[in-house]
Amino acid sequence: MSELLHLEVNGEPAACKADPSTTLLEALRYELGLTGSKQGCDKGDCGACTVLVEGEPTLACITLALAVDGQRVTTVEGLARGPELHPVQDCFDELGAAQCGFCTPGMLVSAYACLEKNPDASVDELKLALSGNLCRCTGYTKIFEACLKAGARLKAERSR
Amino acid sequence: MSSKAEAPPRREAGFSVVGKRNRKVEGRKKVTGMAVYADDLVFPRMLHAKILRSPHAHARIRGIDLTKALAHPGVLAAVTGKDLPVPYGIIPWTRDEYALGLEKVGYVGDAVACVAALDELTATEALALIDVDYEVLPSVLTIEDALAHEDEPHQVNPFAKKGNVSKHVALAFGDVDGALAQSDVVLEETFEYAGSTHVPIEPHCAIGVPELNGVITVYTSTQVPHYLHRELARVLRMPADRIRVIQPVVGGGFGGKSEPFDLEFCVAWLALKTGRPVKLLYTREEVFYAHRGRHPMRMTYKAGVTKDGALTGVKSRILIDGGAYSSFGLVTTYYSGQLLTAPYRFPAYAFDSTRVFTNKPCNGPKRGHGSVQPRFAFECLLDMLAEKVNLDPIEIRRRNFIGDNVRTVNELRVTSNGFLQCLDVVEKASGWKERWRKLPYGKGLGIAGSMYISGTNYPIYPNDMPQSAVQLKADRSGRVTVFCGASDIGQGSDSLLAYVVAEELGVALEAIRVVAADTDLTPVDMGAYSSRVTFMVGNAAIDAAKKLKKLVQQAVAEAWEVPAHSVWLAAGQVGTWDDPEKTIPPAEAFQLAEAKFGPLGSVGAYNTPKDVHGSYRGGTIGASPAYSFTAHVAEVSVDVETGFVKVDKIWLAHDCGRAINPTLVEGQMDGSAYMGFAEAVMEEQAYKPSGLHDGPSLLDYRIPTSMDCPDFESHVVESVDAEGPYGAKEAGEGPLHPSVPAIANAIHDALGVRLNQLPFTPGKVLKAIAARPGAWKGVG
Repeated sequence: MSELLHLEVNGEPAACKADPSTTLLEALRYELGLTGSKQGCDKGDCGACTVLVEGEPTLACITLALAVDGQRVTTVEGLARGPELHPVQDCFDELGAAQCGFCTPGMLVSAYACLEKNPDASVDELKLALSGNLCRCTGYTKIFEACLKAGARLKAERSR
Repeated sequence: MSSKAEAPPRREAGFSVVGKRNRKVEGRKKVTGMAVYADDLVFPRMLHAKILRSPHAHARIRGIDLTKALAHPGVLAAVTGKDLPVPYGIIPWTRDEYALGLEKVGYVGDAVACVAALDELTATEALALIDVDYEVLPSVLTIEDALAHEDEPHQVNPFAKKGNVSKHVALAFGDVDGALAQSDVVLEETFEYAGSTHVPIEPHCAIGVPELNGVITVYTSTQVPHYLHRELARVLRMPADRIRVIQPVVGGGFGGKSEPFDLEFCVAWLALKTGRPVKLLYTREEVFYAHRGRHPMRMTYKAGVTKDGALTGVKSRILIDGGAYSSFGLVTTYYSGQLLTAPYRFPAYAFDSTRVFTNKPCNGPKRGHGSVQPRFAFECLLDMLAEKVNLDPIEIRRRNFIGDNVRTVNELRVTSNGFLQCLDVVEKASGWKERWRKLPYGKGLGIAGSMYISGTNYPIYPNDMPQSAVQLKADRSGRVTVFCGASDIGQGSDSLLAYVVAEELGVALEAIRVVAADTDLTPVDMGAYSSRVTFMVGNAAIDAAKKLKKLVQQAVAEAWEVPAHSVWLAAGQVGTWDDPEKTIPPAEAFQLAEAKFGPLGSVGAYNTPKDVHGSYRGGTIGASPAYSFTAHVAEVSVDVETGFVKVDKIWLAHDCGRAINPTLVEGQMDGSAYMGFAEAVMEEQAYKPSGLHDGPSLLDYRIPTSMDCPDFESHVVESVDAEGPYGAKEAGEGPLHPSVPAIANAIHDALGVRLNQLPFTPGKVLKAIAARPGAWKGVG
């Protein structure tokens, strides 16, 4: 039943076995050892498993692995620039936007996708972009603050 | 959305870490996906387990046949209640549940059997092959049913001393009826608080790993490794010294992981049975059954005031829906009355609270355990009383302020109390004076206040040992390792340890390693519950660090030939007041101390004052070394056509004694206000008439998204408690309490109607509008 799944994960080629029923989240977590992406509900409700597939935020727990065969996947482990944190990661850390940290990987991926497209994103635009990522700790306050600060930093980087 | 700390100037004097917005010690791991949670752990030859759950709300188990399940290819072992026949419970006096149903099941979702297999899918398939012979019993699903049908076969919990009563507490302080009789105004109202659940984004997960010599290690997403350790020893009938509990990074608790659960016993037993590691990860559905969430309460309050607004007496009768087991219910029942007696002075007070068993998932401690519900009721009633005597609701709260360093009517010792400042801050920030009662129809402001404990003076099981302990190891590299049993569940417990030790020893935060929540390695701490961590763990860490500091001071003093008390350790340097030119890095100072004393270590502890509780039976419950205080103003916009309540903003001020890290305190405040807001307008743990959960998923049980939340503006107030670490008190639970009544009072300001029943859904709002005298009844 198993087939060989080929992906480009965080810029590197990756391959593992996958059944037709294997989800992308299972392939990442249990076959490729990328446990950063989390399983909070296993049915697409909470967003903790959010990864980028070809640059677009995607719920890995309701995406079949073989359906994205050959595609580019970015997980939370792939956001940093080598040893240096991406501004959105750094701002989350600095401003206390990660409490228990369990929604954080998915939240960061959604925030990264939004801010990389538009570092000028307003709070309302951020609210919409993050509306599929449930956080139970922060009331989202510090998350918005971190995203706004990260956006400003990204913008400054680009104007350099 | 902005948050800012009200920083008193004195904070800057003398602290190098405390009061600063430092990063969390594990923050970088959390933003890079490197933090390891229970389900991220994988062990060689690891098996996966699943639990079979009852489809009936109430049934006797006549027999369980595992034959077919055990014969299923890939299944290695199975366990039922008969293998684990020792009752357990977080409260030693109410051990009334089994790891797996022994003779009975008490709710839809109660655990019956557990299977370990090569993978999760095989284990799930095997569950369908287990034959359980149930004798279905009549179930009781409401408080009324529970009290009306008390005897077999309606008795939910056979451990109950009488019928379906889980706990009854009636206490009276002073002549409350006399006080009410002499009041100028007396009001009586009934309030209903709906149940809700914690919803940590991480589902519970545990792994049992058999070690050499018959030792079993359990990795689990718990808030209370120590209590779990004790109950594992009991249920597994093993000496506690053969059991190791390790808490990996935990993805949220809120009280929902603060007692043992079926999965922890099952993985331990199955690992011992098979000799292989066994993992069990709850589905989201199972998290709703594990529950232990907010108790539904029906509360009737009667209170009186003089014409000047001074409270005369307060009296309540409270019925509490407990679900099938006790959990923390004994404490919940006491808390429902005990924790209402500040920040306002009650000249006389009485409460009568009864918790009953029903055939539903067990309720327990959710953030603000036992006191969020009564606080809602009382703060609404106080608003009504203010209206009757023509007082601004903030003014009536000021007039009844109990003060600091006082005893409450039920003899709780209140030390520092910054409640008045909290009122001032939210009054000003919200523009209360200019806006309350002046906003257009449909818009309103509401105020509420509260208090909460900073830990409990008495641990869950009686003992004279410290409530928290910290061990330090310093070495010639300049590094300090902090060992403590405390549980970081996202609130910043590990960071607190690092901040305190860095402050005392003057080392950089980067030179500190925290080893926490591992019963083999760390001294006992009671865990992350009752908002006890900052106060108790902080004090234990200060004690340990001061002892180590003394060794370093002595050694440096001897080497430099200066008095020991002249040696200071601060901001990455060790120096002496006697010679401003002379400083060395901590590593060199540690080397001097290691040369003089040998390997460097110290232990420290904190125990609560034992003479500050009430002198009556039950007077120890609710006693805390310090209390936090909070005030909220909520602003709402109600759509009067749809009944939808939009909470626009909550301004909150919280007296946390001192903010050891203002960023983390604000985070706790924002998160608390969020959770209260959610209980006010969105969430309800509801059941169908059969006892089946109404929707055990995050699609059906709606928690707020980023689009739903109001803005939270959190203001830190610092009263600097004489006994708290650097003056600190709790911040994790207190700030939840006023959210709900502040929203209720704001709805009243917006519409002129009172909503006494949670949650404030559109249907209830429309009904209340329609019931107003002279209300427009619609066209035709």
